[in-house]
Amino acid sequence: MRGRAIRFCLVLWSAGVLSFLCLPVIAVLPISFSASSFLNYPLPGLSLHWYETVLQPYPWMFALKNSLIIGSSATTISVVLGTLASYGLTSGKFAGKQIVLALLISPMVIPVVIVGLGLYFFLNRIGLFGTYTGLVIGHTVLALPFVVMTVTATMQGFDRSLVRASASLGSRPLSTFFQITLPLIAPGVISGAIFAFSTSFDEVVVALFVSAPSQLTLPRQIFSELRDQIDPAIIAIAALLICVSICLMTAVEFLKKRSARLTQAVR
Amino acid sequence: MRFHMINRACDFGSDIDDPRSMEVVPEKSESLVRFVDVEKTYDGRTTVIERLNLDVRHGEFLTLLGPSGSGKTTSLMMLAGFESWTAGDILYQGRSLRSVPAYRRNIGVVFQNYALFPHMTVRENVSYPLKQRRVPRSAKAGRVDEALRMVELEGLAGRYPAQLSGGQQQRVALARALIFNPDLVLMDEPLGALDKRLREQMQVEIKRIHEAIGMTVVYVTHDQSEALTMSDRIAVFNRGCIEQIGSPKDLYERPKTSFVANFLGGNNNLEGVIVRCDDASCDVRISDGLTIMAQPVRYFSQGERVSISIRPELIATDPNSRKLDNLFWGTLENITYCGDHAILRCRIAGENSIDAKVPLSVYRVTPVACGDRVRLGWTTEDCWAHELLDGSTASVLQSVAG
Repeated sequence: MRGRAIRFCLVLWSAGVLSFLCLPVIAVLPISFSASSFLNYPLPGLSLHWYETVLQPYPWMFALKNSLIIGSSATTISVVLGTLASYGLTSGKFAGKQIVLALLISPMVIPVVIVGLGLYFFLNRIGLFGTYTGLVIGHTVLALPFVVMTVTATMQGFDRSLVRASASLGSRPLSTFFQITLPLIAPGVISGAIFAFSTSFDEVVVALFVSAPSQLTLPRQIFSELRDQIDPAIIAIAALLICVSICLMTAVEFLKKRSARLTQAVR
Repeated sequence: MRFHMINRACDFGSDIDDPRSMEVVPEKSESLVRFVDVEKTYDGRTTVIERLNLDVRHGEFLTLLGPSGSGKTTSLMMLAGFESWTAGDILYQGRSLRSVPAYRRNIGVVFQNYALFPHMTVRENVSYPLKQRRVPRSAKAGRVDEALRMVELEGLAGRYPAQLSGGQQQRVALARALIFNPDLVLMDEPLGALDKRLREQMQVEIKRIHEAIGMTVVYVTHDQSEALTMSDRIAVFNRGCIEQIGSPKDLYERPKTSFVANFLGGNNNLEGVIVRCDDASCDVRISDGLTIMAQPVRYFSQGERVSISIRPELIATDPNSRKLDNLFWGTLENITYCGDHAILRCRIAGENSIDAKVPLSVYRVTPVACGDRVRLGWTTEDCWAHELLDGSTASVLQSVAG
């Protein structure tokens, strides 16, 4: 009886915490269907007008296209570099390994404003300010730690005797990496990629520092929209982005499960 | 010369006078692999392998046996190409392996944890070596089928390793290491993770395959009964050195050191002082003035302290039937009943106790009880006088027994 009462309280408490986290987001979503141009309740009428607005080529879809281009480039680069770094950091024995790891992770702990400011000066100096390349570099710096973290965690569960076995069976190191190591750490690499992409996809600070108007990204567009005029279009694009995020998070969870299954299989 | 020097030199099994000359003129020899003065150290001070000389003959089943940390696995890993060595050389078919990477050695390896690729089916695992060697698809399928048939896994080709039992996984690992027809197969405690019954079954299986194919096998284990039943030759490792190498019969019945006598099978140890020694026998006085006649492994001078080894199963408790050089009265202290035999622990003099292993057929007809006076006897040939164990070797043995 008492156990059940405690259990009930626990459920109630957890539900409270979850609503505290989710309600502010959920509360504003209906406004995206509002027929009025102000952010207020009660809704005067329902309309898909704001969704139509954000699906127009300019500025929203232009910004989305930029975000996708920059996001996927930054993701690709950070996944390749991050995976190689993790492989080296987990297989090699050398002095200062911890320091290298700390340096790679540092963009995650340093305030983004500082990173943005640094990039602003650096990219100006090398003439990449206001270019796609410059913004991709900036986002790669921010996304890299996520790839390094997830891939390193996966590498720790990776059985190194498989690499030895592969060598003994006549496979060269590079071919072993592609046939054995990469397929087995793929779940970690892919979730790293998803984290990297979402980092770039909702990054606003660095974008404000280093991009010119031609590299307008989605978060930047939202930001300037918030500053100039507040209308339900922002909520509409936010709703779309939330859907994308939910899909990505589901994919991460699925991959984690798959990874757990494969590593269990080895035992 | 009758006596062998047993000064922990590692030169057994190597019949070359100046091993260094081998490095310069590699010539065709009957040995497939030759360790020449191999040394290994990680930090420059403590040696893991100490001047190892070892010949692996064509087609033999050689077991490296020893307690953990004795260097047997390290030797195997150097041969496989996963570890380097600090000095000396390893020759494979007369050629130095020093600069040959693991993937070019063409040596099959079976790992302790199987090391099957979890994302590949049994068929993909077994055909992996063929894929690396770009064997055409048409030839591949037949060879994979043949290999799977050899390890009796025909029906399971489509399964993933996780869906197989430990014994089945081991068979896949075996098939994968054999499919590219390597001249040499290395096995690193391949049966360590299996339960006793399955282990014995796999021992028979591995022996059968070895006899059928005739490849050379170097097998690492710390299980002495596994070594005795499977090997053509056994090399007993201790602290980075080979204590003795020879056939199982040789090692068990003619141990050259006290370590070998104690590591392989049951053994009684007695300490004593030499009072007389010649080529064939020596008299050793143990405490309380008892004198035991034993075979010396080398010439001992009078007054030298030695360790005496006698196998419990070679001690007769009904000594009237045979002529025995060593006959003693003992007081029965303890009886351990083991089903097919019983161990009788008898105090023969002062602090010295001896275990006698008595088969059920004898034990049943001559019932004894604790406190009884028992007549014990054994021949000089079954009793060895060895050099004393040094302290650290003794503690290694103790930890193995414990």
